[in-house]
Amino acid sequence: MEDKRYDLAIIGAGPAGMAAASSAAGFGLRCLVIDEQPRPGGQIYRDTGHSPLANPDLLGPDYREGEVLAAEFGKAQMEYLSGAAVWHVDADGVVGLSREGRAWSVAARYILVATGAMERPCPIPGWTLPGVMTAGAGQILLKTSAMIPDGPIVLAGSGPLLFLVAWQYLNAGAEIVGFVETTSRANYLSALPFLPKALGAAEYLFKGLGYMKALRKARVPVFKGVADLRVEGDSKLEAISFSVGGKNKRIGCDTLLLHQGVVPNVQITRALGCEHIWDIRQVCWRPRLDDWGRTDSEKIYVAGDGGGIGGAAVAQIQGRLATLEIARHLNIIETAERDRLAAPHRVAMARHLRIRPFLDLLYRPTEVMRCPSDETIVCRCEEVTAGDIRSMVRMGCLGPNQTKSFGRPGMGPCQGRLCGLTVSEVIAAERGLPTAEVGYYRIRPPIKPITLGELAAFDAPEGKQK
Amino acid sequence: MHADAVVIGAGIHGCSAALHLGRAGISSIVLEQAYPGRHASGVNAGGVRRLGRHPAEIPLSVAAMGFWLNMEDFLGQDCGFRRTGQVKVAEDESEMERLRQRVAQLRSLGFTHEEIIDQDELKHLVPAVSGHCVGAIVCRDDGYALPFQTVTAFRKGAEAAGAQFKAGCRVDKLVRRGSIWQVQTSRLMIEAPILVNCSGAWAGGIAEQLDEPVPVSVEAPMLMISERVAPFCNPVVGATGRPLSFKQFENGTVLIGGGHRGQADPARQETQLDMGGLAFSARTAQEIFPCMRNVRVLRCWAGIEAVMPDGIPVIGPSAKFPDTFHAFGFSAHGFQLGPITGQIIAHLAVQSETSLPIEAFSIGRFLE
Amino acid sequence: MFRRIPRRDDEESRSLVTIFIEGKPIQVPTGEMVAAAVLASGLGWVRSTPVSGAPRMPYCLMGVCFECLMEIDGVPNSQACMTRVREGMRVERQAGVRPLSEV
Ligand SMILES: Cc1cc2nc3c(=O)[nH]c(=O)nc-3n(C[C@H](O)[C@H](O)[C@H](O)COP(=O)(O)OP(=O)(O)OC[C@H]3O[C@@H](n4cnc5c(N)ncnc54)[C@H](O)[C@@H]3O)c2cc1C
Ligand SMILES: Cc1cc2nc3c(=O)[nH]c(=O)nc-3n(C[C@H](O)[C@H](O)[C@H](O)COP(=O)(O)OP(=O)(O)OC[C@H]3O[C@@H](n4cnc5c(N)ncnc54)[C@H](O)[C@@H]3O)c2cc1C
Ligand code: FES
Repeated sequence: MEDKRYDLAIIGAGPAGMAAASSAAGFGLRCLVIDEQPRPGGQIYRDTGHSPLANPDLLGPDYREGEVLAAEFGKAQMEYLSGAAVWHVDADGVVGLSREGRAWSVAARYILVATGAMERPCPIPGWTLPGVMTAGAGQILLKTSAMIPDGPIVLAGSGPLLFLVAWQYLNAGAEIVGFVETTSRANYLSALPFLPKALGAAEYLFKGLGYMKALRKARVPVFKGVADLRVEGDSKLEAISFSVGGKNKRIGCDTLLLHQGVVPNVQITRALGCEHIWDIRQVCWRPRLDDWGRTDSEKIYVAGDGGGIGGAAVAQIQGRLATLEIARHLNIIETAERDRLAAPHRVAMARHLRIRPFLDLLYRPTEVMRCPSDETIVCRCEEVTAGDIRSMVRMGCLGPNQTKSFGRPGMGPCQGRLCGLTVSEVIAAERGLPTAEVGYYRIRPPIKPITLGELAAFDAPEGKQK
Repeated sequence: MHADAVVIGAGIHGCSAALHLGRAGISSIVLEQAYPGRHASGVNAGGVRRLGRHPAEIPLSVAAMGFWLNMEDFLGQDCGFRRTGQVKVAEDESEMERLRQRVAQLRSLGFTHEEIIDQDELKHLVPAVSGHCVGAIVCRDDGYALPFQTVTAFRKGAEAAGAQFKAGCRVDKLVRRGSIWQVQTSRLMIEAPILVNCSGAWAGGIAEQLDEPVPVSVEAPMLMISERVAPFCNPVVGATGRPLSFKQFENGTVLIGGGHRGQADPARQETQLDMGGLAFSARTAQEIFPCMRNVRVLRCWAGIEAVMPDGIPVIGPSAKFPDTFHAFGFSAHGFQLGPITGQIIAHLAVQSETSLPIEAFSIGRFLE
Repeated sequence: MFRRIPRRDDEESRSLVTIFIEGKPIQVPTGEMVAAAVLASGLGWVRSTPVSGAPRMPYCLMGVCFECLMEIDGVPNSQACMTRVREGMRVERQAGVRPLSEV
């Protein structure tokens, strides 16, 4: 019988997914790429080549690099389904999709999950107030809609992206009235030993120094090592307050952009039941992968930030490496050929990764960011506070799955994406256990909400082929 | 460790058994491989119904209802029980006829809790129901409760009555020493004269160790829950010609179940969903509640349940050993019976008899 | 409130559609995210929560937080950051728990 399945279904058309698709096409694989966004690019290259900005150079040279990748992707022989959200994947390679109110499924012999990262939750008092959004959100509006906040803006938090967005905003003429860094001073010491290694990928360091210089030049008030971050306002953001060097400070603003680095989006690998590891250095979960990106589920691979944060260059390389291994399993190349083709990629990847330990330790989120004060909302959907979680633990709740029965954290429309990390860490701290032992929410399909009507019309493939 | 009784399994039935035993002055240790309420009892649909029960189950179900209606007095809290009524709709005249015969049969047995209602009254009770539904049976005192909260309340009640719970403690081996059971677990060894098998989907293995092999199959009923929607449906609704269980909770979320099963992996204590089966339930729900079409489903899950070939549980004494009891195989409708099975077990343990008719549930029916 | 900065001067970027936000017609670029159009329109909140009634605005703009839920062309709880504008589209705020809807 003819096998109608795709050889490979790639979920996500960011750097990892685009690079994987291009090399899969090069091997002649029948390949399908699915992304819920209308255009390829992923987060870093959102709408690459189509940004409405009169001057896309204000985003910096990295963004323009996406055009090269997208052009290669555009020429590749494969099917690309844009605007389609994946809500289900099973270990046999069946993918449930939803697009414009219709749900259906496709089958593939191998699946590459290239769904990237999301911003780490930033639970501080008042973070749910209108006027507060993530730095990444602010950047998306600039990239895809050529808009910036009107009026005074504060950027607060930690991580390279916060600096990048500040720099891009200055280029765009935004009014930044404060740059508030939560990076703790102790982090400088713990990161320092990794600086020599990081010099092996010095371009990242130079970029960062350039952004800092631009902030100084624009006379943006910069505050370092701040604590007690809090959003003030009743029904909307009015100001941000914090303490720095023993003094309390308050900055009035109309927009607050928060950021605490990015973490892998593990929704699909979790729903598949793949084993996940608590990454102590990056302070997040990631699926356990072999050197080619294969999970503990035979047909499921992961490339890019969804398997651990490495950045866009590493994501592309991982996409290509996973494709090599899949091509080998499909008997298109021999093991020796795979290794020969992989060798230069591995050298390049090792070089890019030299920066990671330094960045991870320098921008490690502070304790209160991970385990916020009692009053702080943790689950935005169901409005559950850190104090509520702690009292559930006192009532005998052992782990994140039980909190759902005690309260309702993780049961709203975001399906736990914005509270999962925090809930696990708060329970672990409260019980005095490592986070790895406390575990994470059990994620079940649909991993994106779909309507009952869509589900009702869903044709599950009958007699799955093995 | 010693106790008067060892209870295997901290689901609703194990917790209830420990509670009733404790209140009758019998101390127990409840052994649970995961944590109390981890399996069927904590993740089920929470339906508290007498409606549609097998005739043999009705006396137990009616007696259990007495507990549900007075849960506040019995346990100091309501377990989330809401007396919303349960309705079973007929989608055409032939189904309506089946419902009429059912109610007539119950009347002849002396039960009046199920009542026929016509289309007008159905529309009045469930305004959102599709116009093609011609009538229904209603059971007005039925309703639903919150499963995990209920198991937790029974566990706490049992603890207050002196029971001890050991979570993360799997029973591996049962050894008979004279009139004492030696129960070897993954981390402890317990001795007790009384043994109660409330181990749900795993009960077949325990029964086999007691030399009472039974044909219990392990299934994974599936459920899905929606986003919050403004209140539109008060009673719990089921159907006649096809499997459906449909209810809206007070917080607005809608819970939908149907007859289709996922795959259960009892050894790993995990389940896998069958999206095709869930799609079938979604179709049923949407046809009976067309207004649900664009309501979003947020989560689906499955629980691991023991199902007997005749669809009714095993409740009662062991056929082989004295002071040894079973309560398992509830075949996807055992939540409501929880409060009464514990009492039956306690009565059997204390006075070797119960006033309720339990012959139909004897394990002997599966033994030569 | 967001403001627009200079756009590319080509056909793709100049083309506009009219949508109605809370009944008020506004012209926005073709293909724009509904959430962006709403942020530029100055609407102070897009929904209030079903739990406490607190006002909310889009937070992540990449489809993960579900703060941007609005009634779009009659369909409640639609993600404004994952929906593109269409000519004549009607975008409404949502107060509290979503209603059932006819659409
Ligand atoms: C908001 C944000 C902004 C960022 N900006 C920058 C930046 O400017 N510079 C930088 O160096 N790094 C940036 N990063 C880091 C960035 O994530 C990585 O460097 C890089 O984009 C990772 O590439 P990737 O291919 O792994 O994933 P991504 O680029 O994130 O691509 C993942 C793709 O998968 C799609 N997807 C996810 N889930 C589904 C689903 N269920 N169904 C269908 N499609 C799905 C997404 O739409 C997305 O297009 C940003 C991260 C975030 C979260
Ligand atoms: C999805 C679903 C929906 C349902 N809906 C309803 C409904 O609406 N109304 C209704 O009345 N019923 C319903 N049911 C049925 C009901 O949930 C069950 O019949 C009932 O909970 C069974 O209780 P139990 O205590 O026998 O089993 P369980 O709750 O499974 O408890 C048995 C316990 O024993 C433990 N165990 C097993 N073996 C060992 C061992 N060797 N050592 C230690 N511990 C062990 C297990 O870990 C488990 O916790 C539903 C079931 C499911 C799965
Ligand atoms: S703004 Fe986060 S999902 Fe739309």
